[in-house]
Amino acid sequence: MSGNFAPGDTVKVISTHPPGHRRTPYYIRGKTGEIERVCGDFANPEELAYGFDGLPKKTLYRVRFKQSHVWDDYAGPETDTVDVDIYEHWLLPA
Amino acid sequence: MAEERGTHDHDHDHDLTFQPNIEDGEPGRYELMTYAIRELLMEKGHLTPEELRAAQEKVESLQKSDGAMIIAKAWTDPDFKQRLLDDGNAALAEVGVDAGAAKMTVVENTDDVQNVVVCTLCSCYPRAVLGMPPDWYRSKSYRSRVVIEPRKVLSEFGTDVPDDMTVRVHDSLADLRYLVIPRRPEGTEGWSEEQLAAIVTRDTMVGVANPTAS
Repeated sequence: MSGNFAPGDTVKVISTHPPGHRRTPYYIRGKTGEIERVCGDFANPEELAYGFDGLPKKTLYRVRFKQSHVWDDYAGPETDTVDVDIYEHWLLPA
Repeated sequence: MAEERGTHDHDHDHDLTFQPNIEDGEPGRYELMTYAIRELLMEKGHLTPEELRAAQEKVESLQKSDGAMIIAKAWTDPDFKQRLLDDGNAALAEVGVDAGAAKMTVVENTDDVQNVVVCTLCSCYPRAVLGMPPDWYRSKSYRSRVVIEPRKVLSEFGTDVPDDMTVRVHDSLADLRYLVIPRRPEGTEGWSEEQLAAIVTRDTMVGVANPTAS
């Protein structure tokens, strides 16, 4: 696998709003989480959506975020999480 | 005629209700584009009506029972459960289920964790094991609310999660598909796989409900 991140690494989702078909939801952009696992390399769905070949493949991660970090007024224990699958090009080391 | 009808107490036509037709309402932009592309593909010979029908039939005939059988096996065979958690696609292939190109990610409910699955962007769903997603799974309300207030949504499904347990929401967005292994309920010791499979419902494998022995 070609990924730059390993389980346990802290990462920040890029806060950007490019037009087009994007697979990273708005609510998680700009948030900081932890790599839960490396899922493998996949053709980039943001390119496939327009008929391109999606190559080179992008590494996909499962990133775990604390709900209390994602939502200011989250009603639930500190331990609650949301796990989101995010492609490498959306992540920065944090 | 109008006068004759006027002798009635009221106009009965107003009392009639009809079940709405599935085609009611103007087709949306994307619906029209879908029809147009379908027609083009058929005109140019890339797709036949029979191929389309067969593909639709295949998707719609996938049953949640495949998922229930897999969970029952995971409950009774710890090695199989571990293989499911390690590599969902390979473990499903063992029991003859082709999960396709998507990466089957299997998560396990424990005494400490309740997992619940959503796709906030569209309706990604483990169709290979659960068939078609229910309407509520595709609803805007579920897709937005279960991420923001999962405990409230779960309680609306009748599933109250105590505060000393973690609620873990899984947002299935691109190439992952999730299957939840529910907790095996007490009182099912010694049950056969068939008996166990009978209490594993669709909603327990999405994580909005938990199976019970009764």
